[in-house]
Amino acid sequence: MISRDRLETRILRVARVLWLTIVVAGSLVPLLYMVLLSVRPLQGVLADPLDLLPSRDELNLEAYRRVIRSPAEGGYGMLSFFRNSLIVSVGSSVLTVLVSVLGAYAATRLRFPLKNVINASFFAVYMFPGIVMAIPLFVLFSRLGLRGQLPALIVIYLASTVPVSVYMLRNYFRSIPKGLEDAAMVDGCNRMQVITKVVLPLALPAIAATSLYVFMIAWNEYLFALLFLLEARDKWTVSLGLAQLDDISVSTTALMAGSVLLTLPVIALFFAAERMLVEGLTAGAEKG
Amino acid sequence: MLIVLLVVVFPFIWTFLIAFQRLRLIDLQNVFDVKLTLRNFEIVLGSPDLWRMVRTTLIYSIGGTALSVGAGLLTALALRTTFVGRWFVRAIVLVPYVMPVVSAVLVWKTLLNPQFGPLNVFGLEHLGWDEPIAFLSERSHTFGVLGIHLTVPMALLTVIVFEAWKTFPLAFLFILARLQSLPKELEEAAKVDGATPLQRFRYIILPQLSGVIALLVLLRFIWTFQNFNDVYLLTGGAAGTEVVAVKVFNYLTGRNDVGSAAALGQLMSIVLLAAFAVYYRYGVLRQERAVA
Repeated sequence: MISRDRLETRILRVARVLWLTIVVAGSLVPLLYMVLLSVRPLQGVLADPLDLLPSRDELNLEAYRRVIRSPAEGGYGMLSFFRNSLIVSVGSSVLTVLVSVLGAYAATRLRFPLKNVINASFFAVYMFPGIVMAIPLFVLFSRLGLRGQLPALIVIYLASTVPVSVYMLRNYFRSIPKGLEDAAMVDGCNRMQVITKVVLPLALPAIAATSLYVFMIAWNEYLFALLFLLEARDKWTVSLGLAQLDDISVSTTALMAGSVLLTLPVIALFFAAERMLVEGLTAGAEKG
Repeated sequence: MLIVLLVVVFPFIWTFLIAFQRLRLIDLQNVFDVKLTLRNFEIVLGSPDLWRMVRTTLIYSIGGTALSVGAGLLTALALRTTFVGRWFVRAIVLVPYVMPVVSAVLVWKTLLNPQFGPLNVFGLEHLGWDEPIAFLSERSHTFGVLGIHLTVPMALLTVIVFEAWKTFPLAFLFILARLQSLPKELEEAAKVDGATPLQRFRYIILPQLSGVIALLVLLRFIWTFQNFNDVYLLTGGAAGTEVVAVKVFNYLTGRNDVGSAAALGQLMSIVLLAAFAVYYRYGVLRQERAVA
């Protein structure tokens, strides 16, 4: 007769291993499957769907060539999607960080009457449904003729990521001792010099994390790209382009190759800066 | 100084205004014809599938939230103590959250494909299924297990599982952070007093996690409720998965009916505003407790 304590401990030990196996498999299998499918010909997949490991003579990068080539050469033009995604993501992250650094600094250090209103409004905007926010923008941009323009998308990403970025950066700025800034002020720095010479160097890791974070949001985003770029094929981002390719029943291996190309940059960036980003995630939490 | 302030404040006010411009732009169109405004709401509220959509949205948000937070809790508990390879598991688990939604959807669609998706092929060859399951296009599916027939809304269930799969890492991160900051003494005392592992979880750990779990449930509910991407990309809102965000989108682009889209969007926002009020109140309460 074993005690209840022992019994529970044993069962829980088994349950824990079981659950972790399920979770790891569930997280990893889609990614692996995507990569495996992208490097073999479609016939091989259709012939035996459960034979996941491609044989050596099957291995080829034809699917990648197909998606990358421009439509004129019989491909799907991923290269131009990539260029668009890069412009939008880099543009949004640079602009957002610029605005957010100043905003977060103001929200931390300076006193002004609107402070509480601003703090509350971050959250309001942050919680607001993207699809509802899209309606006025859709009308506005349609009237201004800005639909199908990459800068329009950058403006939208700027507006939707500034609240989170300010929130993330503010948490960090608060940890910088005020005495340091006072000392710089006494030494004759003005406010702007304090920011550029004292605060920014100290906050560099947080700024790097925030810009990566915004980059990833912009890179992964789909709804706004769909609403504002749909009719301009040469302006499609990778996410939008791939989803559209899926609609016109492009071969699965090509879609998987595209997905790998879409996923790799974010996964690589994320794991390169994992610690910084995880802190940011738990502080700000991406809306999704 | 003032200039700096203006530069800083302006984007916020602008962001803030966007939240309200929604109203104004629609009012602009409707200002000359009050009846038109009412008609938008009539269209939305009189739509024959309104209640079905409300029900779908609620099942989707509640089911997605519960599964996501539940899986996050289990994973956090399983990864609480150290073991060889823990960092690896911890990193891998974050993949679904980081993966772009479009990629994730495309892989899931392939995995679940009725003709050559590995899941269906495996089911047919090894689990004795009679026919492939169209996970994403079948409104309801009847399983017969041991003579008991169970009908489930198949496509809706699939999008719920997808949502939970995509978001449980967030719940996991939050709960793990809280778990690791719990004081060890209480648990050790309970252990000395003879509490079994499950009792220690039920009476010592769970009460201390209730705060972070409540917060996660609210956040996830708010975000799942307004989720558009996952459902739209997986099923296009077909087969009994039309949630409110997809409906708004369909009004906006499918019918070019900006007014109705806005009207439904406003109703949607009211629900979210209520949830946000709870969140805010809860957040304030929590801060007070932290201070005290």
